[in-house]
Amino acid sequence: MKQFEALTRKDNQPVRYLIVDDSVFARKSLAKMIESFGGQLAGEAGDGRTAITEYARTSPDIVLMDITMPQMEGIEAVEHIVQQHPDARVVMVSSVGYQDNILAALQKGARHFVQKPVKPAALYEIVRYVLNEDGVTAPSIVVREERQ
Amino acid sequence: MRMDLIQPFIGSLDAVLAEMMQAPATIADLAMEENGYRKKGLAAVVTFTGQIEGRIILDMEPQAALRVAQCLTGGEVDSTEPIVREAVCELANMVIGNAVTQLNDRGFEFKVDPPSVLSEEQCEKAGHDSEATILRFETPSGHVHLNISMHYHARRARERAGVPAI
Repeated sequence: MKQFEALTRKDNQPVRYLIVDDSVFARKSLAKMIESFGGQLAGEAGDGRTAITEYARTSPDIVLMDITMPQMEGIEAVEHIVQQHPDARVVMVSSVGYQDNILAALQKGARHFVQKPVKPAALYEIVRYVLNEDGVTAPSIVVREERQ
Repeated sequence: MRMDLIQPFIGSLDAVLAEMMQAPATIADLAMEENGYRKKGLAAVVTFTGQIEGRIILDMEPQAALRVAQCLTGGEVDSTEPIVREAVCELANMVIGNAVTQLNDRGFEFKVDPPSVLSEEQCEKAGHDSEATILRFETPSGHVHLNISMHYHARRARERAGVPAI
């Protein structure tokens, strides 16, 4: 896996992530990626409803949110989270990437969209962009690829 | 069965397998079946409803499933671990999701349910009510089977578009 320059907050603390996906496997895979970004797992949720309570409990810097989930889907969860926490940074991570879905997610307050299978470098760039946009991280970080 | 509806699933599986297993996948066989489905390894099923209705089974030989789990978790995984079954479900989710994206962008509208592990009961039912297209892919870690059964509801599509039936 590619190794990345650690994304840290301005206070030098690791960026904290909330991962929301009904697949344990997908959560584990994303957790590995954020570890390679130098991030810290603030919490996990397997459905949209749990994501809302986990967001309030953990106050993460960024949320990686699936769309198709039981109980409550990701787009509805984004709407609730952003209503309650207008500064929330949510990146949608889904295998279903058609325009209607992306537009709906963005209209509800999501900041970006990544289609599965997730390429770590692409996710890193998007997370960096979203965090820099809000002035959470320093803007001069570059991707470094580990040579094999 | 309309091949233009099946093609995105073939292309999607090909691309996702190549990405996930870091190795090429080639189509080794294509067949039509009407009988119940017999699992070859670890299988996940995804159903969808809307203008296109049906289900897709992704069935992986244990070594192929293990390879995907190891690639995605970036480490050693025991073949008996539940995470391997989860890997097959997630792979099915990616394959179907990517294909659905292509079909949706071409104007077909339908909803995909979350994937689940294929049960013996679902195996027996699969194929009895409709014809299925079965594709066998070869990968360096073993075979991967894609069982596709779907119907296109032309009437629903016409109603949505506001075009009267002739």
